[in-house]
Amino acid sequence: MMLIACPHCGPRAHVEFTYERTMDAILSVDVDPDTAVAILFQRENPRGPSQELWRHTYGCRSWLRLTRNTVTHDLAEVVAWPPA
Amino acid sequence: MKRFSALALLRAGLDGQKSWPRDWRDPEPRKHYDVVIIGGGGHGLATAYYLAKTHGVRSVAVLERASIGGGNTGRNTTIVRSNYRQPALQRLLEFSLKTWEGLSDELNYNLMFSQRGALFLGHSDADMTKLAERGDSLRCVGIDAQLMTRRQVARLIPLLDISPNARFPVVGGLIQRRGGTARHDAVAWGYARAADALGVDVIQNCEVTGFDITDGRVHGVRTSRGSVGADRVGLCVAGNSGLVAAMAGLKLPIESHLLQAFVSEPVKPMIDTVIMSQSVHCYISQSDKGELGLGGDPDHYPTYSQRGSPHRIDEVAAQAIAMVPALSRLRMLRSWSGTTDMSFDGSPIIGATPIDGLYLNGGWCYGGFKATPGSGRLYAHHLATGAAHAIAAPFSLERFALGATIDEAGAGPLPQAR
Ligand SMILES: Cc1cc2nc3c(=O)[nH]c(=O)nc-3n(C[C@H](O)[C@H](O)[C@H](O)COP(=O)(O)OP(=O)(O)OC[C@H]3O[C@@H](n4cnc5c(N)ncnc54)[C@H](O)[C@@H]3O)c2cc1C
Ligand SMILES: [Zn+2]
Repeated sequence: MMLIACPHCGPRAHVEFTYERTMDAILSVDVDPDTAVAILFQRENPRGPSQELWRHTYGCRSWLRLTRNTVTHDLAEVVAWPPA
Repeated sequence: MKRFSALALLRAGLDGQKSWPRDWRDPEPRKHYDVVIIGGGGHGLATAYYLAKTHGVRSVAVLERASIGGGNTGRNTTIVRSNYRQPALQRLLEFSLKTWEGLSDELNYNLMFSQRGALFLGHSDADMTKLAERGDSLRCVGIDAQLMTRRQVARLIPLLDISPNARFPVVGGLIQRRGGTARHDAVAWGYARAADALGVDVIQNCEVTGFDITDGRVHGVRTSRGSVGADRVGLCVAGNSGLVAAMAGLKLPIESHLLQAFVSEPVKPMIDTVIMSQSVHCYISQSDKGELGLGGDPDHYPTYSQRGSPHRIDEVAAQAIAMVPALSRLRMLRSWSGTTDMSFDGSPIIGATPIDGLYLNGGWCYGGFKATPGSGRLYAHHLATGAAHAIAAPFSLERFALGATIDEAGAGPLPQAR
């Protein structure tokens, strides 16, 4: 189980957090349809470091950006998102 | 191939069963094949078998980086059923279930396919309304489904807690009598043996490390044991779909997540039906060896670790004990997990890719074991003829761009929403 250090609440058990999507999968409303399809449905699905959007759902409910290794689950970075 | 039969068993008994040949050869990869299948799980091996058997394509290799059946095929909880809600999935999985019936005979290999019944429990009036609607839709297309009252469920599974103050009260259920379980390893071994007998090369310890692609067309693969040419190449690598597709420069609507399973010490027969609950998510069945196999929710985030989180073990155990209190006396023997190829609508992808000659079979999420025979037949059809079989056509890779997703859970385009 991961211990995720929320920048607002401190280290908390991973069961308080939910994975939302990878950072490259955040859609803005003004892109053309092909780009939208790529953002919504095409994933690198990396084995190793990955940039992900998570949420401290059962805590402060803030969005967080994680740099997380998908094999070891090491967390290189947990920061507030969007940046202030 | 030496056929298995009671007489052959008796005869081989004369020399202590030592005269059996190996079930499949251990060939060196050839320079070129008509079709190369990447991944020696159930889906890859079944595809190779039907290519040779149904379509007469005998120049086929299955390249497996480790040993066959060591992926999700050998890690799953073996539930087989076709009682889905989306028409396209009903057609696909009923096609597969019909193939399961009689498959042990066809392959001359005991798959221990046991149609013991697959039961969804209903815990509320709302659950029962949904189950009744599902049952009606199944019966309309000729798939068996039977709504059960609380008393009928109690008679079927006497150890279930059906008291009104149970943690998850049982109101009734919906059973597919033709559903059940099968021996997962045997499915890989049975298809490998039958495919080998038709001339297919099943090549283990052979990892695909790249593709030979020019002008948008695939000409073969690079492997840990040299280059292998091929007119057509089919991916069947489940949780590694994204990584192998990336070698061809493709990005897929698939994320690799993880599903755990648990097994208890073996005991005398106590549950002879597959118990599932779509509200509670825990599912229970007992193997012929006597072990209780349990599963529940996936871990809900991308990972290749094959190492599940302990909170899921707690949760599944708590749910299972609440439903069948007698389980509280059992010790759990093992827990493990598999890397699941989670697609963005929860349904599989079977068909062509933007690269000529390169085909994809993946995105089976945590539910592709039941589909193994059907998936093999349909994928073989596509690889042999170059066109999708009507049953597989809705499962094309383009469906995401076209907005034609097949979303059984009605949960939107997120792989963790399944
Ligand atoms: C815990 C768990 C429980 C499940 N329970 C059920 C269930 O009850 N019912 C059900 O229907 N489904 C279930 N599933 C899903 C089911 O197991 C899978 O959908 C199905 O087995 C996938 O089969 P496959 O042949 O596609 O993949 P696999 O069996 O995973 O085969 C893929 C193969 O590809 C190989 N490979 C990968 N990369 C390469 C490479 N570069 N070169 C060569 N080979 C490579 C791997 O080594 C592997 O052997 C479950 C899954 C899990 C993890
Ligand atoms: Zn927080």
